[in-house]
Amino acid sequence: MEEKSLVEINERIRDGSVKVVTAEEMPDLVDELGPAGAVREVDVVTTGTFGAMCSSGVFLNLGHSDPPIKISRAYLNQVEAYGGIAAVDLFLGATQPSLDRGAEYGGAHVIEDLVAGKHIEVDAEGPGTDCYPRLDLETSLRLDDFNQATMVNPRNAYQNYNAAINSSERTLHTYMGTLLPRNGNIHYSGAGILNPISNDPEFEYIGMGTRIFLGGGQGYIIGSGTQHDPESGFSTLMVTGDLKGMSSDYLRAATFHRYGPTLYVGIGVPIPMLNEKMARNAAIRDEDIITSIVDYGVPRRTRPLVRQVSYKELKSGLVEIEGRDVKTSPLSSYHHARMISKALKASIEAGEFPLTAQAVPLPRIGSCRPMRQTKEYPLVSDVMSRDVLTVREDIGIEAAAKAIVKGSFDHLPIVNDRGRLIGIVTSWDISKAVAMGGIAKVSEIMSKHVYSARLDEPIELAARTLDTHSISALPVVDKECQVIGMITSNHLSRLFARRRSH
Amino acid sequence: MKLMLHVAPKIVRQPLISSVIIETSALINIERASIDAVSGEIVIEVSPDKCQEVREAFERRGVQVLMLEMPVIRDEEECVHCGACVSICPTGTFRFEDWVVVADSGKCIQCGACVVACPHRALRLVLKQPQMDETNTIGP
Repeated sequence: MEEKSLVEINERIRDGSVKVVTAEEMPDLVDELGPAGAVREVDVVTTGTFGAMCSSGVFLNLGHSDPPIKISRAYLNQVEAYGGIAAVDLFLGATQPSLDRGAEYGGAHVIEDLVAGKHIEVDAEGPGTDCYPRLDLETSLRLDDFNQATMVNPRNAYQNYNAAINSSERTLHTYMGTLLPRNGNIHYSGAGILNPISNDPEFEYIGMGTRIFLGGGQGYIIGSGTQHDPESGFSTLMVTGDLKGMSSDYLRAATFHRYGPTLYVGIGVPIPMLNEKMARNAAIRDEDIITSIVDYGVPRRTRPLVRQVSYKELKSGLVEIEGRDVKTSPLSSYHHARMISKALKASIEAGEFPLTAQAVPLPRIGSCRPMRQTKEYPLVSDVMSRDVLTVREDIGIEAAAKAIVKGSFDHLPIVNDRGRLIGIVTSWDISKAVAMGGIAKVSEIMSKHVYSARLDEPIELAARTLDTHSISALPVVDKECQVIGMITSNHLSRLFARRRSH
Repeated sequence: MKLMLHVAPKIVRQPLISSVIIETSALINIERASIDAVSGEIVIEVSPDKCQEVREAFERRGVQVLMLEMPVIRDEEECVHCGACVSICPTGTFRFEDWVVVADSGKCIQCGACVVACPHRALRLVLKQPQMDETNTIGP
């Protein structure tokens, strides 16, 4: 059993004889030399990842003004930072949108501007106390003006992330990017072979206190990140580092359309080859890293699994879904992940990056539980009307008009001979058809693009569908697309009025 | 082919396009024109066989002509080569070459899907928001 110690490796880093390879180079080396040979030949394997990491932010200490202020509310370039910590400490979160520019400029952009050396306009308010009499403050600060600017990211560098597809009929704008309708594309995130945790999945080296490459500077792993889920292969890291040592090459603000701002963070973790097991783990390839493609067309916590897929398939650019090749593309930058693994390699070879012994390994037990929801929210089935009348597509306009008069809605769902929902007409459509004349069948005037709701859907989602498409009613369908009810904006307003009166 | 014409203030009052049409008999479609007190910027579409002739005719009149081989422009400072533009483009304009995003000139139909999808706001349509000074045209 080939082994070596961290002390030996650090000695080699000091004397310049250390042998470093990137995680991309490691699998071939292990194939060629075997794990024992690889441990003899390689001291450190460097990893890298560069992607959207929403759970990121910076603690800032502004120093005291004269007269002093106890800041309760603060805005940096119109982006609110949390002021509920002491007098002049703030936490600026990456995803906070600005008051003036909305999602196009947010906390992440302030962080990038600070790192780029730009001035930030600070507006602050305080309650005014005997010890902190000042009520408001305006100043302009650069990164150097802060006493501390410490990045603390609660959840970064996911071991794995689900890829996204959209089976619905409309384009979705998500934190997984623009998802085209009818399974039009697949977006994925993550560096695969270069992913830090995938190369040390059992936390032989990664732990509390591990020194890492963070945003172009040096940082540390504080512990497991929030939602750390090692039992499902979704481990995460909580990291910290001095923003003053970082570079805007590796910290980049971004905005996902109709989602909001986020920060692209560059992270690289060095992994020492202390034994054969670690060499085998670091020999992982894209084909060994499996993730799930899930359907974002279903806006629920548990999104339906479409299929399992390897990073090798995702990176190939095409993945087969239901017999059809669907184009894939990443949202994280493999180009930058590779740059990070190389920059970290160079830094270790230059003797600037000694490795650290972990204080505590990251937990290998634990999972991410869903929220305990103590308040019940009504489902579509709780508020919908069940006495809905449907008609077949081949009926005439007059019969359709009679059906609307007989029923209780302005909307008439149209079904085919198997009872499946295929269209909808409104009383307005029928009035228009009568006014124009010459229209025989309801199928000529029905909207074929019909939105519907599911029985077990929270009314919140049905309300969003009505709002998004500016419509006032949705047929409720079961799994076979049979119409079993109708939910209208009247149902929702009645519910809202009842809640208000309670 | 698309041409962008930069018209200097001293000739902006001249009937440049009309005279070029008469001279070359080319069918010219004006896609966009913005003319103010200091300068003019016009984007025209012209068939490939007439393109060179039209270009020379404008240049003889003192107009600066830029071939818009790629109607979408990329800010190289902002692009991190993530690839969010790759799978949403209906015509396959963008692809990876060793994980660097490259664009195939001529495929773009200016739908703007990539402009919205780019998380780094690195892409712009030339015809809608021309800011050539800050950016480079991408293409081979």
